[in-house]
Amino acid sequence: MAEQIALEVTRFSPERDKTPSVQSFDVPLRKEWVVLDALNYVKDKVDGSLSFRWSCRMGVCGSCGMMVNGEPKLTCATFLTDYAPGPVRVEPLKNFPVMRDLIVEITDFLEKLSKVKPWLIREKEKAPSEGEYLQSPEQLETFRQFSMCINCLLCYAACPVYGLDPLFAGPAALALAQRYNMDSRDEGKSERLDILSQHDGIWGCTFVGDCTQVCPKHVDPAGAIQQYKLTATQEWVKSLLMPWGGK
Amino acid sequence: MATYTSYPPKGYRVRMSTYWWLGRWPYLKFILREISSVFVAWFVIETLLQINALIDGPEAWLEMQDFFTNPIVIALNVISLFFVVFHAITWFNLAPKAMAVRLGGRRLPGIFIAGPQYVAWVIVSAAVAWLLLHG
Amino acid sequence: MHKRSNEPFVWLLFSAGGVVAALLIPIHLFLFGLAFPLGWLNAPSYDNVLALARSPIGRAYLFVLCMLPLFHWAHRFRYTLYDGLQIKHLDELVNTFCYGGAIVGTVIAGYLIWRIP
Repeated sequence: MAEQIALEVTRFSPERDKTPSVQSFDVPLRKEWVVLDALNYVKDKVDGSLSFRWSCRMGVCGSCGMMVNGEPKLTCATFLTDYAPGPVRVEPLKNFPVMRDLIVEITDFLEKLSKVKPWLIREKEKAPSEGEYLQSPEQLETFRQFSMCINCLLCYAACPVYGLDPLFAGPAALALAQRYNMDSRDEGKSERLDILSQHDGIWGCTFVGDCTQVCPKHVDPAGAIQQYKLTATQEWVKSLLMPWGGK
Repeated sequence: MATYTSYPPKGYRVRMSTYWWLGRWPYLKFILREISSVFVAWFVIETLLQINALIDGPEAWLEMQDFFTNPIVIALNVISLFFVVFHAITWFNLAPKAMAVRLGGRRLPGIFIAGPQYVAWVIVSAAVAWLLLHG
Repeated sequence: MHKRSNEPFVWLLFSAGGVVAALLIPIHLFLFGLAFPLGWLNAPSYDNVLALARSPIGRAYLFVLCMLPLFHWAHRFRYTLYDGLQIKHLDELVNTFCYGGAIVGTVIAGYLIWRIP
């Protein structure tokens, strides 16, 4: 096996640079190394100013999302040897503003996430003395897949609609809204429908489906959105046929 | 925006290229799927032309048959057929994603939703062909 | 503030049109576009086609075959223009062209089908 592999990394210091540039580093090509290991090697031994986000290094925190050879990946789950002989191009996550080097500004997503009310909405909270909310395994199964989201934003990098229209809510936010809609303890379906059945909610989605392809936790946000389109349409028909029906 | 300090980093943004869909194969497949709608519309136009010929009588109908033998029209219809079949296949395969059918707590595998549509496709096509060839 | 969008209406038309287009158009296109002109199969005579088309079911069938796929095209092409040409800011123009075109096509189809002798 070759000793080294070239890593072509985006560099951008807002205080110095107008536009990002590419810097190449030679890193050891170790069988067990992932791209994150290579980046940490660069930061430790070559250039301490290289900036990037990471945390758990095992694919559960969602911090280390970046573009590797043009594909959105978790760098802690992307093996260097898969790209031998290289070079490996590492760029910041697409469709987000770049703050520095490989770090992107994700405030937009966080705002959209809170807009869809990703929490249990109930008319009346049960007091703890009344006991727990009971939920069968079947009820859990209806939304479990959507709860697996680690907010890594790879789906936003893959979604061309989000890239073209910054107002679009995006895959993860919509999937998480659906996670709560489908939760048997939740009573907020109607409230969320008002927010989501908008052009920059579910209706902006054209079912490209790439979000589901890149999701590292198999959340299937595209499926969540299409299912929600069906639900929203059913509600719309119901409101046409029974306009007097309460919400 | 969120609560920022007085010097918020604006971040560097690139505007998405008009040719974004050429960048990756999944994107190209998506755009081809969407373009298939143009050939669907072309089929409707062809059908309207045929109905028009039907109204005008047997001579007009024969002229319409001639029009369809024109090599350019044939080439166009070959391409259209490819796109329309592509639309059908992608449509049937995507339907299971939109419908989460649950039986006894487990989600029905996609083939149970896509499969019947393919079967319907064959049956309906056969019926149409039979009507036109023997009716 | 958030009135629910009326998008479901056009989405229903788009979906219905997609089903009709997927199930019926391939065989029609194959027969009338290739098999009959190229002589692979015997084309039905004028009288046969007229008999099928003029019946009430035939007229309804033709109307559905023309109208729904047109609205399928309208909805899909509208979003293709948004995403492909990035002209979302011209959305009024795009909507008029797409859905207006589908309505015009439907009216023409209805008129022609009504005039089948």
